Amino acid sequence: MRLDKLGVVIALIAGYAVGVAPFATFRANRIVAGVPQTLLASLPSWAGPTLLAIIAVAVVIGLFRTPPTLRLAASFATLAALFLLIGTAADHLTPPANTYARVSPASGFWLLLFAFALLAADSLTRLRLTPLLRILVLILAAGFIGFVLLSGSWDKLSILKEYSARADSFWAEASKHVTLALGSLVAAVVIGIPLGILCHRMQKLRDIVLNVLNIVQTIPSIALFGILIAPLGWIAANVPGAAEIGIKGIGMAPAFVALFLYSLLPVVANTVVGLAGVPVQANDAARGVGMTERQRLFKVEFPLAFPVILTGVRIVLVQNIGLATIAALIGGGGFGVFVFQGIGQTAMDLVLLGAVPTVLLAFAAAIILDAAVELSSPFHSGASA
Amino acid sequence: MNLRFPTILRIGIMALLVVFLLRPEWFEPIFRPLTQNNAPVIYNQGSLLTLTLLHLRTVAIATAGATIVAVALAILVTRPFGAEFLPLSRSLVNIGQTFPPVAVLALAVPAVGFGEKPTLIALFLYGLLPIFENSLTGLTTLPPTVTDAARGVGMTGWQRLIKVELPLAMPIILAGIRLSVTINLATATIGSTVAAKTLGEVIIAGLQSNNLSFVLQGGLIVGILAVMIYDGLSAIERFISRRMGLLQSS
Repeated sequence: MRLDKLGVVIALIAGYAVGVAPFATFRANRIVAGVPQTLLASLPSWAGPTLLAIIAVAVVIGLFRTPPTLRLAASFATLAALFLLIGTAADHLTPPANTYARVSPASGFWLLLFAFALLAADSLTRLRLTPLLRILVLILAAGFIGFVLLSGSWDKLSILKEYSARADSFWAEASKHVTLALGSLVAAVVIGIPLGILCHRMQKLRDIVLNVLNIVQTIPSIALFGILIAPLGWIAANVPGAAEIGIKGIGMAPAFVALFLYSLLPVVANTVVGLAGVPVQANDAARGVGMTERQRLFKVEFPLAFPVILTGVRIVLVQNIGLATIAALIGGGGFGVFVFQGIGQTAMDLVLLGAVPTVLLAFAAAIILDAAVELSSPFHSGASA
Repeated sequence: MNLRFPTILRIGIMALLVVFLLRPEWFEPIFRPLTQNNAPVIYNQGSLLTLTLLHLRTVAIATAGATIVAVALAILVTRPFGAEFLPLSRSLVNIGQTFPPVAVLALAVPAVGFGEKPTLIALFLYGLLPIFENSLTGLTTLPPTVTDAARGVGMTGWQRLIKVELPLAMPIILAGIRLSVTINLATATIGSTVAAKTLGEVIIAGLQSNNLSFVLQGGLIVGILAVMIYDGLSAIERFISRRMGLLQSS
């Protein structure tokens, strides 16, 4: 059998991760320097060799040209084993009844995760799954992670100790994060699509609107968040009723407005591009059968432009989930609170508590919306054919 | 995206920026109404010019590194040797773009410590994606007639790459670099949350002391730099595309 080049890369990474890099870090308390532990030292005597065997089998499967389904199964099995056993490592390394000690995954664990996620991504790409199957894989993966979290096998890991110390505020910040990212997206869609239709109809307006929105995009996020403090503070102080509905100079309001402004460009620009891409024949035919302007817009132009507009929505949602972390700097809440607290206290597990959910959220949003774009596209090509 | 300014406006804005960086105190009356309780109007914890130059240096180093690596990788996966990696690298670009810059920045800190290094790493990784994506597009969407012709006249793989493929893909690659620089100019400000010396320092000092004048100064300088650099790189792209157009038709 011939060698697979990606398999060689994965074998090299896995070899380094197992042989050289530490698998877990043990610290006597939250902020002291850690003691790196090798894979075999971090795991109980039954688990270490088991994990090594699973990794070895997966590496061999990856190394040769094997069917994608087998490669996918091998990578998923290894990832599952890594996820389950890192919790065991925390149990094993923490001395009994010691509540100060912290165990975190170390570079070896992250490298193994990366290597086999790479193998999984490659096999999934080669399998060319349909959009619905991809969402199913996502749901299964999320279910697995949820199961591991609920089973309590990660409870001794440092990141979950950070979580249990602030479980209430975690969910409060999580809901703020989602509200900021989704709310500003909804506002941008409600305003941006009509604006895009207007821009499509009026060349002059299009140039002005797109130029202004382009310039907004170049303002760094932390500056835009900061600049909006002043006008919103003024509104809160001078417009009756504004303060009652939650408009304030600091906090969520400026963050929401800033995310909304960033979101407008992709929505408006993609609406314009989508509408411009509607075939002339389709419009002519619609006029020929006697459709009114309104009917033509809703029954012909808009459905045909929909996949392109949805692509804009995907860009905005992924971007907003990431940018919402910055809101924490102006008191707007969100997962950024933990990231910046963690940076301030040099407590990296706290940073992870903010960063990991953000990355997972953005990743899930990208997969779901990519699938949605793909599902809406056949309709597009079918209708224009 | 297209952003075009009349030349006179361009020169005017540039001059204004230079004067502001060299003599910020001249602009005190404009920013005065933004401050309260006699707070300092112009950023006073360091020179704006030095911070601007450091900001530009950080972005330049990161983008240069990202360009070299991204173009090299794109060339590798479009050769027969690396073709196996092509589908995977496309998915990786997609996945990579979902990582928020703050997360990349924060996660780089434990590996390299505070300061300029984590910022450089985050900007490098974040800048890689647009350049790699565009280089891939440029190198995989060449008209087959051109590459066939190059093969027909007996060019080796190397010659085809240097003399045909890269020059033809150049406008698209440059567009990727432009996008990358614009994103990085703004993202570099976040680097100041991990103690990198960039213009973000001015903005964050403003946020912490509730001094809107600082926030606006930092934001405006970065915004103007981004618009000007974006505009300048677009002009270079148009120039090169035009030359390519002439070369193709002759």
